[in-house]
Amino acid sequence: MTIAAGSFAAVGSAAALWPFVDQMNPDASALSLATTEVDLAPIEEGQSITVSWRGKPVFIRHRTPAEIEQAKAVKLEDLADPEARNENLDDSAPATDENRVKDKKEKWLVMVGICTHLGCIPKGQRVGDEKGEYGGWFCPCHGSHYDTAGRIRKGPAPRNLDVPTYDYISETKIKIG
Amino acid sequence: MAHASSYRPNTAIGKWFDVRLPVMRMMHDQFNDFPTPRNLNYLWTFGGILTFFLVVQLATGIVLAMHYIPHESMAFDSVEKIMRDVNWGWLLRYMHANGGSMFFLAVYIHIARGMYYGSYKAPREILWVIGVFIFLAMMATAFMGYSLVWGQMSFWAVTVITNLFSSLDSIVDGLGTAVVQWIWGGFSVGGPTLTRLFSLHYLLPFIITGLVILHIWALHVPGSNNPTGIDIKSKSDAIPFHPYYTFKDAYALCLFVILFMGLVFYAPNFLAHPDNYIQANPLQTPPHIVPEWYFLPFYAILRAIPDKLFGVIAFAGSIGLLAFLPWLDTSKVKSTRYRPIYKWFFALFIINTLVLGYLGAKPAEGMYLLFARIGTAFYFAHLLVVMPVVGWFEKPSAMPGSITDDVLGKGSGGGRPSAATASPGRR
Amino acid sequence: MRNIASPKRKLLLAVAAAVLYAASVAGTPAKAAGEQTIETQKWSFSGPFGMFDRGQLQRGFKVYKEVCAACHGLRLLRFRNLGEPGGPEFSSAAVKALAAEAEVQDGPDDEGEMFTRPGRPSDAFVSPFANKNAARAANNGAYPPDLSVMAKARARGPDYIYSLMAGYKETPDDLELAEGMSYNTAFPGHQIAMAAPLDDDAVEYTDGTAPTLENYSKDISAFLMWAAEPKLEERHKLGFRFMIYLIILAGLLYLVKRRVWAGLKH
Repeated sequence: MTIAAGSFAAVGSAAALWPFVDQMNPDASALSLATTEVDLAPIEEGQSITVSWRGKPVFIRHRTPAEIEQAKAVKLEDLADPEARNENLDDSAPATDENRVKDKKEKWLVMVGICTHLGCIPKGQRVGDEKGEYGGWFCPCHGSHYDTAGRIRKGPAPRNLDVPTYDYISETKIKIG
Repeated sequence: MAHASSYRPNTAIGKWFDVRLPVMRMMHDQFNDFPTPRNLNYLWTFGGILTFFLVVQLATGIVLAMHYIPHESMAFDSVEKIMRDVNWGWLLRYMHANGGSMFFLAVYIHIARGMYYGSYKAPREILWVIGVFIFLAMMATAFMGYSLVWGQMSFWAVTVITNLFSSLDSIVDGLGTAVVQWIWGGFSVGGPTLTRLFSLHYLLPFIITGLVILHIWALHVPGSNNPTGIDIKSKSDAIPFHPYYTFKDAYALCLFVILFMGLVFYAPNFLAHPDNYIQANPLQTPPHIVPEWYFLPFYAILRAIPDKLFGVIAFAGSIGLLAFLPWLDTSKVKSTRYRPIYKWFFALFIINTLVLGYLGAKPAEGMYLLFARIGTAFYFAHLLVVMPVVGWFEKPSAMPGSITDDVLGKGSGGGRPSAATASPGRR
Repeated sequence: MRNIASPKRKLLLAVAAAVLYAASVAGTPAKAAGEQTIETQKWSFSGPFGMFDRGQLQRGFKVYKEVCAACHGLRLLRFRNLGEPGGPEFSSAAVKALAAEAEVQDGPDDEGEMFTRPGRPSDAFVSPFANKNAARAANNGAYPPDLSVMAKARARGPDYIYSLMAGYKETPDDLELAEGMSYNTAFPGHQIAMAAPLDDDAVEYTDGTAPTLENYSKDISAFLMWAAEPKLEERHKLGFRFMIYLIILAGLLYLVKRRVWAGLKH
């Protein structure tokens, strides 16, 4: 009987604790998912822009044919993270260059510009920026190098840069989220 | 240390209190009459100095909180309002900011002293472990306090450090992300993060205060260690805490405060980073982010390891391992003074920690990274290999028979009056 | 004697080492691409007894008002600050007049409309752009930062600002500047979006100071240092008294401590 009472009380206490823990989780206003629309037309070849989506920077690069070739030439076994990390595809998709972009739109690379190591914003968006050893992006905080498909190649970051859910709503316009 | 109470209340109200709540008796026994080794050097004054800085931080912090606004778009400006408009605001804020640095400078000397003289060894293990918890709580408090300024360094420090928890993803998929979002209260560092950091920054110092009380309690059971590491054996080994150490501590404290106020008045931003005078910008990382100077050695360890999860484990381990020193050290003697081999390793350990600190401020690349890796290996080798192995084979050098012998020379112990009753010099 | 001397010396060494260490770490300048050339200047406000030069602050304000203010805000300052002790110390009539030159938005009025009125000493400086995006749009994509705490937001603040103002040099032949950029030896990376803002005779000085780029650069740097640290003079003055007090107290405590310990061999 004592054990029953004791465990019953313990269950109650644990339940009472939950609101105190859960209140810290993202609240209703943070959860109301926002989308961002971006017009790609003004971005010239070789240029990148950064847009803000749910408070996070999203990198959009208009890749040159050379950059696409460079990314395609990489063998899967040379990648530190073999998964595509593309929200638009299955979890198991391999990190080929094709799987990092949308079909027939391979010149447009869209991804969340947050280093998968500790959350800094990699450099490589602006013209004069250091782009790292693989010509893509370089995170100055702890030295992670990303290639021209946003895949981690060197440094402490564990994953490729995330590709967010996005869709083409017209030929040159995307909706992120 | 248990000793017969010499407290004699001599007023009616004193007697009335003494049988109901003998708080005056406790203060008298623990801080006035407390038998303390007669040979403590100035390194032992840092306990008092630390208590002083805890009070400074609490006092300045409580009044600063009367003016500070923990809001993502107002925090930075409210700090500047304190600096410009609030009466004495600039003084209070600079004292609070530099007081944090002084607190850490003092605690590092205090920890190094404890390590050198083996103050963590039996019967002071719990005292030491509580100390490690105080250190951890200090680090958390300082980190949260720094974030409140909401400058670029604040913001990116919060981003990087909270992201450390995302390394849990490689143990259980999704766990790290869930924990990080729980800490943030959103999908990135933002307003909800700032308000909770403020709440906890206000709470933690009171937890530190509680831990400090336990720390002093645990100190007063076996009493203070001393430079010889030999326990008090006879009355001539000890002197009452007051007036000897009250005045010695007060003098040392005053010197330390000169250093502190010198910084506050003449170089208040010397230890700060200019980037923190730029308001937080979530879309741009500063080209070179560095933590406050007192975190640099641990930051160097974090960056030295190329794997995210192991980097975080090493980072946590470099501090957590300190709690196990009492059991890692196998030496039969406490004080390094009598340890001819370990002495050199200890010096190396201190130098290595300083070098790691220097490297923590440098970019993580090339030679810097290489040296940081060597330094990290050294750091762990000292704690995990040197301490157990050297203590096991080392032959301690000749030691004095007692504290009194050490102070007065061998065999002269009998001539002195017992120190606990010795009348101190005229005040 | 041996027993007190050696730990004392050790302690002093330890403290000195710790301070030096902190200094070396804190003093490490942030490395950035493109070596910055920063010239150290003599400032009236540096050193423990340093104070601002009123005339210099007043001239610096004039440079700010006539040149910098076109693009850069100073949002943390209020007009009344210009008359407060330790700053340029304009007369209260001058402060009122300077404030009145600004157009400040106020409201809503009885009809619920926002309106503009001449500024008052209690008003904040009005920033030239409504927000960051407006500032970028008007400046070819570059954002002219607010200067309120600029002198503290850069390593070696006033020296940096001086060097930046004086750092517009001839572009080297082997450097191709990006569109709209200027060459500047003090700026990280040497390419800055701000065109050279000052030149000889750009601002009229009425106190006899030569109207040169050199002087403008110095005066604006001093003014921005004051803007970032308006309590500097108060700090230096109070610090002096406080340090004297502490040193006397330390001396007294030392004497008492020596006396207390005199009866005990140690």
